[in-house]
Amino acid sequence: MKHLVPEFERLKARFPAGFESSLVLPCLRRIQEDRGFVADSDIAGLAAYLGVPRIQIEEALSFYTQFRRKPIGRWHVQACRNVSCSMRGAERLIDHLRRRLGVAPGETTPDGRFTLSTVECLGSCGTAPVVMVNDAYHEGMTAEKIDALLAGLE
Amino acid sequence: MAGTKLLMTFPVTATSHTLADYRARGGYATLARVLREMKPEDVTKEVTASGLQGRGGAAFPVGRKWQVVHLDDGQPHYLCANADEGEPGTFKDRWILENAPHLLLESMLIASYALQVRNAFVYIRGEFDLPYRRLAAAVEEAYGAGYFGERILGSDFSCDVVVYRGAGSYVCGEASALITSIEGKRGYPRNRPPRLTVRGLYQKPTVINNVESLANITGIIANGAEAFRKVGTAKAPGTRLLSVSGHVERPGVYEVESGYPFRDFLREELGGVLGGRALKAVIPGGISAKVLTAAEIEPLALDQSVFEAAGSTLGSGGMIVIAEGTCMVRLLQVMLRFYHHESCGQCTPCREGMGWMHRVIDRIVAGQGRPEDVATLYHVSRWNDGTTICGMGDAAGYATTAILDKFRDEFDYWIANGRSKHRGVLEVGNA
Ligand SMILES: Cc1cc2nc3c(=O)[nH]c(=O)nc-3n(C[C@H](O)[C@H](O)[C@H](O)COP(=O)(O)O)c2cc1C
Ligand code: SF4
Ligand code: FES
Repeated sequence: MKHLVPEFERLKARFPAGFESSLVLPCLRRIQEDRGFVADSDIAGLAAYLGVPRIQIEEALSFYTQFRRKPIGRWHVQACRNVSCSMRGAERLIDHLRRRLGVAPGETTPDGRFTLSTVECLGSCGTAPVVMVNDAYHEGMTAEKIDALLAGLE
Repeated sequence: MAGTKLLMTFPVTATSHTLADYRARGGYATLARVLREMKPEDVTKEVTASGLQGRGGAAFPVGRKWQVVHLDDGQPHYLCANADEGEPGTFKDRWILENAPHLLLESMLIASYALQVRNAFVYIRGEFDLPYRRLAAAVEEAYGAGYFGERILGSDFSCDVVVYRGAGSYVCGEASALITSIEGKRGYPRNRPPRLTVRGLYQKPTVINNVESLANITGIIANGAEAFRKVGTAKAPGTRLLSVSGHVERPGVYEVESGYPFRDFLREELGGVLGGRALKAVIPGGISAKVLTAAEIEPLALDQSVFEAAGSTLGSGGMIVIAEGTCMVRLLQVMLRFYHHESCGQCTPCREGMGWMHRVIDRIVAGQGRPEDVATLYHVSRWNDGTTICGMGDAAGYATTAILDKFRDEFDYWIANGRSKHRGVLEVGNA
């Protein structure tokens, strides 16, 4: 985590004085981008750096679904399964992804390439069904389009 | 066209979101005039006179919320734009963030001046990528041009803005949860009173408004409250951004003048129901709004007060169109799974109730339904009424009872026969 401190300092400068506690979420996000997940040593380091209780960081980690405590596959495939996406084929698409990747939601392929997850509404219901791969939204997905997309990911 | 437009007023191009293009459309001229000519309280007066209602779900008058903040109380005040956009079926704030980020920022500056806010925030959902990048780039452009920072445009007014990213939580869109989240903690809603405008972020007076509510401010101040009131209806002035999804030919974000007939909207703008099917029902304002049957919604005007009188709401503007042939039992199953997943767990009726209802509906869908299951769903739904900290427990209960009231036969059929009356279909057209 230490090498990120200069970045954290710049972030802190953007907030009003006394907002150190607010930095927990942005710092965790940055740590996760860097390492792929949040390790125990990161929690201890961040608690000391921000001067917030360690328990606050652990609670945040267990509350917010985007945070991870373990490494995942290189490509995180997150398929929306909420109402609008389900009405436009998300359930079939998720079945297809299970078969195609050979894993259930929450699991990672043995080669470490893909992790499959299901998520709730991504705020993109007009172009349903939607699949997020790492940070990018892929909209109006079909089995063919998802196959083409996955084939291009190493 | 669905009447006058106030927000989607320009063609979207590769550069229409940039500062240069925004300025060419007259951008930041209103801020300059406000700082030169208006007193903070005059801005709030104009917003109150406009009758603008919140677009985040509850339709609370924006001016009335602002009036609670005392300008001379000697405390810092905060403003947060709610860009969490988590209500399933809703994706309209994303349109503003991607295509008109400077309109939001100029409006936030005008609001910050009115409320004497030194530090403003945009709370944006963690999954949003392009909307975040567009907004963050707009913030940099605006700082570069001197619209944020110290002594803006040579005035005495100074203001900074931080774009704060969520990390995956529906309930953080609820105003008090949003505040706890910006404090870097678990996003737990908290009991009111005290109101957030009295004690909000770090215990200081805080105004939270939806992105679309705020985006209307620049136009209201530029053209006056009277001009705003000329658009839409007397009870619900202005326009609404509707996010339309589901079984419809042309889903997307539409700006509709309040009062425009639903029937015309469906036929002319949306191209009708998918594949020319008959309309079965519409969830008009995000999944927490009560479902309306085709017969109920067809005669209505798209006006918040009309939808309230019809027992529902335009809510967050997330309109889900449901074609004939869709299984409402499976639809409710998806909704209850969501609510169960998202309950933050603080209130017993919500935490236990969502789980219980989810188990009951799963049992029905598995063909193991019991005769008393519908009564149980009703019972648990009503448990939440008024007994929970935030609106989620209530809303989930209302949404559930509306589906049970209006499509009871489908539940009875599945329980009696062990299978769906409509083959369990959510997706129409691939039979
Ligand atoms: C569970 C829950 C989730 C909510 N999610 C959002 C949201 O994503 N965006 C939003 O603007 N308002 C949301 N709200 C409404 C906010 O609490 C608040 O009323 C709104 O942001 C106020 O802005 P407005 O008055 O301009 O509409 C939610 C409310 C509840 C109970
Ligand atoms: S109603 Fe549900 S989501 Fe809202 S505070 Fe209570 S437990 Fe949390
Ligand atoms: S339901 Fe899938 S993006 Fe909204």
